[in-house]
Amino acid sequence: MDKINRGVLENLLKTMLKIRNFELAVEKNFQLGHIYGTAHLAIGQEATAAGSIAAIKENDLITSTHRGHGHCIAKGADLKLMMAEIFGRSTGYCKGKGGSMHIADISAGNLGANGIVAGSAGIATGAALAAKKLGSGQIVICFLGDGALNEGIWHEAANMASIWRLPIIYLCENNQYGMGMPIKKATNLDKLSDRAKGYNIEGLTIDGNDVLTVYETVSKISADVRAGKGPVLLEAITYRIRGHSLRDAQRYRPEGEAKKWLTDYCPIERFKKYLIKAGYITQPEIDNITMKVNEEIDAAVKFALESPFLDVSKVAEDIYA
Amino acid sequence: MREISYAEAVRECLRQQMQADDKVFMIGEDVGLYGGAFGVSVGLIAEFGEDKIMDTPISEQGIVGIAIGASLLGMRPVVEMMFSDFTMLPLEQIANQAGKMRYMFGGKAKVPIVIRTPGGGGIGIAAQHSQSIEALFLHFPGLKVVMPSTPYDVKGLLASSIKDDNPVMFFEHKLLYPTRADVPEEPYLIPLGKADIKREGSDITVVATSFMVQKSLKVAEKLSGEGISVEVVDPRTIKPLDIGLIAGSVKKTGRALLVEEACYTGGFTCYLASEIAKHCFDFLDAPVLRVTGLDCPIPYEHNLENAVIPDEARIEKGIKEVLG
Ligand SMILES: Cc1ncc(C[n+]2csc(CCOP(=O)(O)OP(=O)(O)O)c2C)c(N)n1
Ligand SMILES: [Mg+2]
Repeated sequence: MDKINRGVLENLLKTMLKIRNFELAVEKNFQLGHIYGTAHLAIGQEATAAGSIAAIKENDLITSTHRGHGHCIAKGADLKLMMAEIFGRSTGYCKGKGGSMHIADISAGNLGANGIVAGSAGIATGAALAAKKLGSGQIVICFLGDGALNEGIWHEAANMASIWRLPIIYLCENNQYGMGMPIKKATNLDKLSDRAKGYNIEGLTIDGNDVLTVYETVSKISADVRAGKGPVLLEAITYRIRGHSLRDAQRYRPEGEAKKWLTDYCPIERFKKYLIKAGYITQPEIDNITMKVNEEIDAAVKFALESPFLDVSKVAEDIYA
Repeated sequence: MREISYAEAVRECLRQQMQADDKVFMIGEDVGLYGGAFGVSVGLIAEFGEDKIMDTPISEQGIVGIAIGASLLGMRPVVEMMFSDFTMLPLEQIANQAGKMRYMFGGKAKVPIVIRTPGGGGIGIAAQHSQSIEALFLHFPGLKVVMPSTPYDVKGLLASSIKDDNPVMFFEHKLLYPTRADVPEEPYLIPLGKADIKREGSDITVVATSFMVQKSLKVAEKLSGEGISVEVVDPRTIKPLDIGLIAGSVKKTGRALLVEEACYTGGFTCYLASEIAKHCFDFLDAPVLRVTGLDCPIPYEHNLENAVIPDEARIEKGIKEVLG
């Protein structure tokens, strides 16, 4: 713990705040009717994206999921281009063709969110294969939900990653539900990381709402993965505070469960308390960081609102290279 | 009779079929307490319990494989695939196993499964949740493919699909779920392979599927004000195809426009156009034209999405082009 410097800590907090407040802005603008379609919010899960991506190198790679705003932001995405995409504007990452579920920034190492559960498991593993073949030294984090570990493609990919000792971390964000399905009903496992045994790879389960635990764990295992010791399945326990999507009646979970996670285990509040108590940061400094983050988000919303839609004559462009 | 929505008609049919036949059960992702992504099965779990309304892990290939295996022993599983795009995951099980099994086994197996799934775009959820892929399944012998366009049809066709001894792909449409119409309360069957004239007319036959039937009917209504009489025909099942009724209509009007939401290349209406050419060549006064989606994935943004999917203006333009 002593090794972590203040800059890293401040950045972890800043990234989590960015993710939280960005998504609150998405939610608000959906309610205002500025966003058409839907989005999947990771409110309450900010620590997994922020902690893990802070622990890898800038040129390392990630694949993301339908619940991907956090991964994207932690990987350094431009909030303006992200917000514009979610608003469907031509200035967005995908020109308004992809939306929230398909944000990608290939040149920055974000190989894409995905609308298909576990749709990225093979793609991420293939990127790890290429990194190994090319000797680039890069590693890959493949973000997956708990539900995604029940898709066949993950099992096939994990097995190949194991036999070829590929540099990949399967980071399973266990938010305890896949849509309305509690993970305890969808598997017979106490720990999802036990699935690693079947492929003879390392499996770990950690507190995914403790950003420092995530950061330190990924720092350690990414060094091993980079050194060629083979893939890891890292399960981070967290909780989805909001509904599955922006349209979810939430008939399936006990009332008060989400509220309890927000009040008792919020990764941001927990980290703030820790930082203040340990004397790393003061409340006025936190307020200052929050203010800057909010300015950036306000600017992103303004940019999105003022951006044009893509001209419909261009709708069928970009299909072939 | 009372008015109910398309989604309610599906639910009512499921309820009645499960009550009538102990072998019928529902299986799929979040069909239980969640009630399905489009709310179709809301409440059924309280009525029938977890044995009949089976929530599954997110494992599409497994779900369909398990349904096929259960059907070999006489069960009648009704699978819900949350979005029709996801039927591409269990495609092997559907096409290569369910579809071919009876033939490969010398006529000795029955695979009475139904795979219900909503297709189509229109709600801003982009390329991996919005495609119309029904034509894919026409290419696999042994499968039947159903595409109901009204609350009345969906109830009767689903009942027939559940009673059918073959694998049936049953394509609902996201935008049809809230549409309302009169539906009888008692169970009834609409045979698979029977088309329906949704509006009679004399100048041109518009053959449309799924949500495009509703759009075509609006255009027909509008054009009647201009003195153009449009007959709207809904095949209802695209395999087996009721070419008799469709050809009869085209022979009567001498003109045909075919409308579907799917991509231009390789859509159902490509096949339909060749059947019309075969059966109606001597009766045609104009080339058969098609109004379809573009050869393009469905984009996220609303205006772009509307540019890919046929709208009423394009259907009207198509009709006028055929009329010359
Ligand atoms: C192949 C496939 N099946 C089903 C879905 C519908 N769906 C989208 S997200 C989701 C739940 C995913 O659960 P999980 O992997 O735990 O991720 P979370 O939503 O909890 O972040 C489901 C069932 C899909 N998009 N793709
Ligand atoms: Mg989950």
